[in-house]
Amino acid sequence: MPLLPAPDLSPALPEIALVCAAMALLLVGVFRGDGSARLVSWLSVAVLVAVLVLCGLVGIERRVGFYGMFVTDAYAVFMKALVLIGSAVSIILALRFNEEHRIARFEFPVLILLATTGMMVMVSANDLITLYLGLELQSLALYVVASFDRDSVRSTEAGLKYFVLGALASGMLLYGASLIYGFAGTTEFTELAKLFGQPTRPSTGLIIGIVFVAVGLAFKCSAVPFHMWTPDVYEGAPTPVTAFFSVAPKIAAVALFVRFLIEPFGGLVVEWRQVIVFLSVASMVLGSVAAIAQTNIKRLMAYSSIGHVGYALIGLAAASPSGVRGVLIYMAIYLLMNLGTWAVILCMRRQGQMLEGIADLSGLGRTQPGLALALGIFMFALAGIPPTAGFFGKLYIFLAAIDAGLVGLAVIGVVASVIGAFYYLRIVKVMYFDEPLASFDRPLAPELKGVLLVSALLTMLFILWPDPIVGGAELAAASLFAR
Amino acid sequence: MTHWPLLSLVTFLPLVGVAFIMTARGDEAVVARNARNIALSTSVIVFLLSILLWVGFDTTTAAFQFVERARWITIGGFAINYHMGIDGISLFFVLLSTLLTVLCIAASWNTVHSQVREYMISFLVLETMMVGIFCALDFVLFYVFFEGVLVPMFLIIGIWGGARRIYAAFKFFLYTLLGSVLSLLAILAVYFQTGSTDIEVALNHAFPPDMQKWLFLAFFASFAVKVPMWPVHTWLPDAHVEAPTAGSVILAGVLLKMGGYGFVRFSLPMFPLASDYFTPLMFALSAIAVIYTSFVALAQTDMKKLIAYSSIAHMGFVTMGIFAANSEAVQGAVIQMLSHGLVSAALFLVVGVVYDRLHTRDIDRYGGLAERMPAYAFVFMVFMLASVGLPGTSGFVGEFLILVGTFRVSTLECFLAATALVLGAMYMLYLYRRVIFGTITRDDLRDIVDLTPREKAIFAPLLVLVVWMGIYPNSFLAPIRVSVDNLVERVDAAQKSAARASVIEIVVPAQAATTTKNQ
Repeated sequence: MPLLPAPDLSPALPEIALVCAAMALLLVGVFRGDGSARLVSWLSVAVLVAVLVLCGLVGIERRVGFYGMFVTDAYAVFMKALVLIGSAVSIILALRFNEEHRIARFEFPVLILLATTGMMVMVSANDLITLYLGLELQSLALYVVASFDRDSVRSTEAGLKYFVLGALASGMLLYGASLIYGFAGTTEFTELAKLFGQPTRPSTGLIIGIVFVAVGLAFKCSAVPFHMWTPDVYEGAPTPVTAFFSVAPKIAAVALFVRFLIEPFGGLVVEWRQVIVFLSVASMVLGSVAAIAQTNIKRLMAYSSIGHVGYALIGLAAASPSGVRGVLIYMAIYLLMNLGTWAVILCMRRQGQMLEGIADLSGLGRTQPGLALALGIFMFALAGIPPTAGFFGKLYIFLAAIDAGLVGLAVIGVVASVIGAFYYLRIVKVMYFDEPLASFDRPLAPELKGVLLVSALLTMLFILWPDPIVGGAELAAASLFAR
Repeated sequence: MTHWPLLSLVTFLPLVGVAFIMTARGDEAVVARNARNIALSTSVIVFLLSILLWVGFDTTTAAFQFVERARWITIGGFAINYHMGIDGISLFFVLLSTLLTVLCIAASWNTVHSQVREYMISFLVLETMMVGIFCALDFVLFYVFFEGVLVPMFLIIGIWGGARRIYAAFKFFLYTLLGSVLSLLAILAVYFQTGSTDIEVALNHAFPPDMQKWLFLAFFASFAVKVPMWPVHTWLPDAHVEAPTAGSVILAGVLLKMGGYGFVRFSLPMFPLASDYFTPLMFALSAIAVIYTSFVALAQTDMKKLIAYSSIAHMGFVTMGIFAANSEAVQGAVIQMLSHGLVSAALFLVVGVVYDRLHTRDIDRYGGLAERMPAYAFVFMVFMLASVGLPGTSGFVGEFLILVGTFRVSTLECFLAATALVLGAMYMLYLYRRVIFGTITRDDLRDIVDLTPREKAIFAPLLVLVVWMGIYPNSFLAPIRVSVDNLVERVDAAQKSAARASVIEIVVPAQAATTTKNQ
């Protein structure tokens, strides 16, 4: 028997393929020069789709690779699918925008591919080291894309802010990880689960370590009170980048958050639940209240995304299979609604100028009824009004909360959702009740139209056949608890 | 029993109409004409289909009829079925919804000029949601319809409403949303208690007494806002005044009934002990609503606002009847809701007629209309008297039954409610005198035109129904009676067995104490 057997790479096949493809596309871009952005973008989309298929082929049974540092299971496959879809659609959304802002460079899709690789590693992390590795690979690529519009002060400022605050959060996370290692003697989730999978009395140092890691992760998924960067970065970054930020990294961070707390520390739920409950309540309330005063739609969406993370965290606080199922369904539907909304925001241009004011949507119901209808659907969905998909996201979250006996949290959640409904309705009001302004530039880019149509239809028709998402989430959630 | 999926057809056919309207192309006038025609024909077909429900209804059973069941969300523990069905309580609400939609579309024929297509789509979607509420036999399905109603109504008030329409639309939406999200949590709690989201299962489940109180309050939050009961009624006058005529008609005619229907369908049978416990509170709120809003109505100068306040008073009667919880009172409550659905809808249309001509609802701007508009004066009179509760009109039947039933429970409550009858007569007759009688003093009233044939056609069915219900209420009471009797019996049985249980609880420890003493 060799001293160090060759590691089993097969669980990480999709990540390996993705990173190789990213390198290959980088070469394609370098050799073909500046005009290759569109080609590389579409190739990246194709790669992401291929990796999605590969994820499916790797299968949903639990397999561990790299000496237990890397895991793939149904949960990982579900979350990776969401991340991949989010990344692919973001690249599509960016095509037209980047060309018009003269920032159409092939590095953009390549960076997104690299960030996506990081996210997939995060989702599959089975060790604190892997966790950090994935997180940093993702973050480094994200810092660059945030300031991708390098001649714009706003964009570079956004990138810098994100970098400084992100580095701080990474530092805290790392500190927490070292504390956990110090007090538990291992960084591997499977080993930690053996120690803390059942209710025990842990040492205070370990609790502090968990809290520090939780802080780092809360920062990455922009839960209050670690959300301060979100509105500024969302507003400053180029709009397609913001669209990307609001879906893929957030989903990956939530996925990691759930796995980190449920798998290794499932037995300590009494200890960490109060932290999650606090993050959840603070996010929901702040997300709803602070959004009311916004006039910039990108900032509004930033606060909206903060609020939505709060709802997802309710499912985590429930710490049960139905809670995790709720989180998964919620994130899937969140992805759908958000991509659609960002597609509409990217359509907001008049005489070649991008618009970001909510008031610019005035009278859209009369000037562009189709676009207004789509945005209306997304707004009602984000507010969680049936029969849109958004309602079902909330339904499953509250179901888990009631099941876990978190009635107070659920009541705060629904009340916050009513406050939140106010600002979503305000957009509907601006579109339908206010006097029309000039119409937006036409024709809309065909790829935007495609994204719009598909996401609007799925949001509306989810009610007819919710089984695939619900069933997938059920399976994925069960895989996290099966041991 | 195999039959056509008649309920689904009635519920979802309007959406087919919506699909047709969406395909309409061409310039605005053509689109508007097509939208009107499609909307009217769809709603007429739906109404005729819903008549079939009445024709085919079996009045001898309290079971749900025309039941449809299909699997919807099958995966996981939380299985939800598509389950529809109606009984005697819901039958007429379905008919009321489909009838009023036809009348609303007809009434807006010439009065809505902007965004006609969107207007008609909104009304058809609204119809689907309304019918769905009364047919749904699964809680999640019910909730989808119950909250879904808000979206089209929000748009109707906000786009085609009056000057303060935005304020009114937001107030309407957020008020009712806050109520209904709390009931969502209650629905989930019911699910964990019964293991199913099926309404029939929940109706036959005995909930623990403590839980009943909490669940009752959560459902109460949602239904009380819808009814609306005092003190959460303040959205109603705003919404009514600002909504376009047809919007007010649907609001008063159907949307308010969703609250009363909820109390009869869910609160009373599912939580009999809590209902009993909270009856004094319900009586107090109802009595305040009836008396207070009658006085407020007396002071109004805006016709629509006056009728809006009268609606709150009439719905106060309904909640009183429901929580008197005997057969007469509950039957009366259901009939009163139907009657109010017809009468208040008609009164809003009556206001709409003169509003279309003069564009004001200020009572002082009118006077002496009887001279120029005799047909109008006649129609107004019939509905005004029905609203007051004159024998021979539908209003009398409901109020009488409620008073008879309530008298058996509480004479004081009955007395308080009866005073409101006098007040009701005061404000309605006062309104009628100021608008219709007197001499014409204003120039623009001298050449005001009487009812057009279209308007007469709209009022005719309402007029017939109001008189029919007043003179021979049995056609309506027969289907209602069986279901209500069954409901009341079950509530009584539950309350009696609980009372017996508590007696035993008191007696047994007492006996135990005596035995130990003797030893």
